[in-house]
Amino acid sequence: MTNISVDTDIKIFGETSHPEPPTHWKEYFSFSTDHKVIGIQYLVTSFIFFLVGGIFAMIIRGELMTPEADLVNRTIYNGMFTMHGTVMLFLWTFPSLVGLANYLVPLMIGARDMAFPRLNAAAFWMVPVVGVLLMASFAIPGGPAQAGWWSYPPASTQNPTGNLINGQVLWLLAVAISGVSSIMGAVNFVTTIVKMRAPGMTFFRMPIFVWAVFSAQIIQLFGLPALTAGAVMLLFDLTAGTSFFNPAGGGNPVMFQHFFWFYSHPAVYVIILPIFGIFSEVFPVYARKPLFGYKIVAISSMLIAGVSGLVWVHHMYVSGTPGWMRMVFMLSTMCVSVPTGIKVFAWVGTIWKGKITLNTAMLFALGGLFMFVFAGITGIMLSSVPVDVHVNNTYFVVGHFHYVLYGTVTMGMYAAIYHWFPKMTGRMYYEGWGKLHFALAFIGTNLNFLPMHPLGLHGMLRRVSSYAPEYTFWNIIASLGAFLLGMSTLPFIFNMIASWMQGEKASDNPWRAIGLEWEVASPPPVENFEEIPIIISEPYGYGKSEPLTLKRGEEISVFPEETLEQEESTQEELSQEESTQEEPIQEESEIL
Amino acid sequence: MNIWNFFRRLVTLVVSAIALTVTSLWIGQQAYSWLPPQGAAESVLVDNLISFLVTLGAFIFLGVTGVVVYSILFHRAVPGDTSDGPPIEGNITLEVVWTVIPILLVFWIAGYSYQIYQEMGIQGSEELMKLQLPGIESAYAATMDSPNEAVTDIDVTAKQWAWVFHYPERNVTSTELHLPVNQHVRLALQSEDVLHGFYIPGFRLKQDIIPNDTIDFEFTPVREGKYRLTDSQYSGTYFATMEANVIVESPENYHKWLKSIAKNQPSPATNQAAFEYAQASESGFPNGWSTVAPAQPPLVNYSGGKEDKQ
Repeated sequence: MTNISVDTDIKIFGETSHPEPPTHWKEYFSFSTDHKVIGIQYLVTSFIFFLVGGIFAMIIRGELMTPEADLVNRTIYNGMFTMHGTVMLFLWTFPSLVGLANYLVPLMIGARDMAFPRLNAAAFWMVPVVGVLLMASFAIPGGPAQAGWWSYPPASTQNPTGNLINGQVLWLLAVAISGVSSIMGAVNFVTTIVKMRAPGMTFFRMPIFVWAVFSAQIIQLFGLPALTAGAVMLLFDLTAGTSFFNPAGGGNPVMFQHFFWFYSHPAVYVIILPIFGIFSEVFPVYARKPLFGYKIVAISSMLIAGVSGLVWVHHMYVSGTPGWMRMVFMLSTMCVSVPTGIKVFAWVGTIWKGKITLNTAMLFALGGLFMFVFAGITGIMLSSVPVDVHVNNTYFVVGHFHYVLYGTVTMGMYAAIYHWFPKMTGRMYYEGWGKLHFALAFIGTNLNFLPMHPLGLHGMLRRVSSYAPEYTFWNIIASLGAFLLGMSTLPFIFNMIASWMQGEKASDNPWRAIGLEWEVASPPPVENFEEIPIIISEPYGYGKSEPLTLKRGEEISVFPEETLEQEESTQEELSQEESTQEEPIQEESEIL
Repeated sequence: MNIWNFFRRLVTLVVSAIALTVTSLWIGQQAYSWLPPQGAAESVLVDNLISFLVTLGAFIFLGVTGVVVYSILFHRAVPGDTSDGPPIEGNITLEVVWTVIPILLVFWIAGYSYQIYQEMGIQGSEELMKLQLPGIESAYAATMDSPNEAVTDIDVTAKQWAWVFHYPERNVTSTELHLPVNQHVRLALQSEDVLHGFYIPGFRLKQDIIPNDTIDFEFTPVREGKYRLTDSQYSGTYFATMEANVIVESPENYHKWLKSIAKNQPSPATNQAAFEYAQASESGFPNGWSTVAPAQPPLVNYSGGKEDKQ
């Protein structure tokens, strides 16, 4: 029972928050400590960098329209794919998901803010610093880093400029700062979720999105130090002449790959787990059914987080990795598919026999689910060593991870933005523009990334600026898809700006969704809850007509305030009074 | 009535399962056509594995998406209907089943992959010798003791951005890799500067090359013809130019070729990276960002096949 007793001293019952009018726009440019302002700051900043990374991608695809290296110089091409990967990962997927989590987690667990609001703001304001550093590297002599987002030494430490300040140095600084920012965020999320849940919000009453953020941020805590350490060592190799990874000085370049992938593979789960969380939130709302197998879905998030730490060598099957290591990591990698498969089946079970409404959020979630199943299957193929020996570093891998990162993560992100847009802004988006956006994005994604699979099977390598003429056909298709994807952002941007400015006013709960965030005003007041809610049932009670929280009137009449402050005994009484909730709580106390 | 309903459902289920299986098997057979011609004994093994995984993958993909598409088509909310669906929160039997099935599948796939990997016996890192899995050891021993004694040894050197092949048999070098068909080949892979990758898509074989390390890499070409060797690990500016032709020919022709090029004096090979670098330097105006200069074009006895590129 300890899990529900910890935070009663923080939330004094009956204390009121300070409802204020919706935030003034100037606040979004300030060092605000409001988790909702920070959430929007993250989302908007990262979306701007998403567009920057998208422009890089279109330059890459423009070059690859023809077999010869003719659109841009090879050095520029190499800088483009390096910065495309870096920007998309460190300035789009990570910060956008942190932004969403920032906005939603306190609302979903019934807290007034994150555990450390100032740390939260500090972590956010490091993101623009990372962005400025990376963009500044275009302006310095020698140009930005050109060694790919892996920055494998020795190629990354060759430094042809001879300058101390070069693109690679700025790149490493930016990655290290981004790492520090993410670690700060992770500490904050884990603390908030463990300590700040409202009374009655046991672990097994948390929405799956909160579970997903929790497991993802735990990965950040154990994984990021390895990457940051690797980046710092590489920085020393590059600037101070050390030989951690420099073979000429007796260093081991493969060691860097271990440091890098020890974090950067689990990082994929840091990105994908919150998206799984979004799917688990969106499907029940628009299928009007409880999430199928809630507990097993929650547990599988933690399992994925655990297994994710034991699979990194699958990126290094052909990097001088001995046979026994290849086999061990093949098995561990394939094991990830078990908890992941459980989730997919749970979503299918949720949709089955539901009463489905296909609005924009649901379309994006379904589209994301389709493409994720596809990505999962190519992922299993890649985990098999003999297959990977053939397709490693080819476009098959590029196609696979773009189905994950665009097909699933970005589609899931869009689903989330549309789903919670009325909550965040207090206005409805335009459904027609949203559906147009979905159609363009879905077609564009498949047109862009599906052709990469045959290219990879035929042996076209990633990171090449020119290629053999026989690969031309599929490359042209992929490039057309890329330009279509670029265009698909236009209706989205238009929809967001126009709806935010003059969309129809949204009610508190336009989707008739179940969740604490839907019980407050749209947009929520500063500090979210006038009174901290008391949670009396599991999430996703669709079709069950049971209340999620104790109504104010009842709790006053049933429990005087003093008893409510008496922690767990109160909770048990409370659940006994509610009679239906008695057993689940006891079960949980055994499990936890 | 109930029995009739049950029967109808069972028939639907069986019919869809059969349709799904047949379709998946067909897609799995198509997988062979998505791959380049099989140039080495190893490529046959890899292609069988890919076809198997595509079959299994197609079954899962079509099964899962089929159910979702069915729901989207037939379980739509009627406009104006604000009621909820049935409050089904889970089903323990179903959840156990769909946890156990993936676990079994994973072991099946891992076991089959392991078996294929053993049969390939491509070696790779020398650390293999230090700590061996039971199965790998026997495969390794098999390749060592195999009566197919005729092993061709070739030294491969990768540098920014050129391939150099040294044939100890006649102590000659080339920038085109010649291999005798149906003979086991043992390469010693070395790099002079950064990481490179040895990759011949037609053989389905790839191995990174690590500076200060000699990596043993073994395979058997089985089909005469011309293949392409590419650098598969990003190695800097002119990475994409680092290609070489691979000629698989009859042992007689192979030895004839070795003998004929031994007469040539070593001369600088044509090199795409050096060519482009010189062109950029001559053009006078800054075009692009700083780059590492390519290494000197290698001195080799034979550099055929590349001239036509320029």
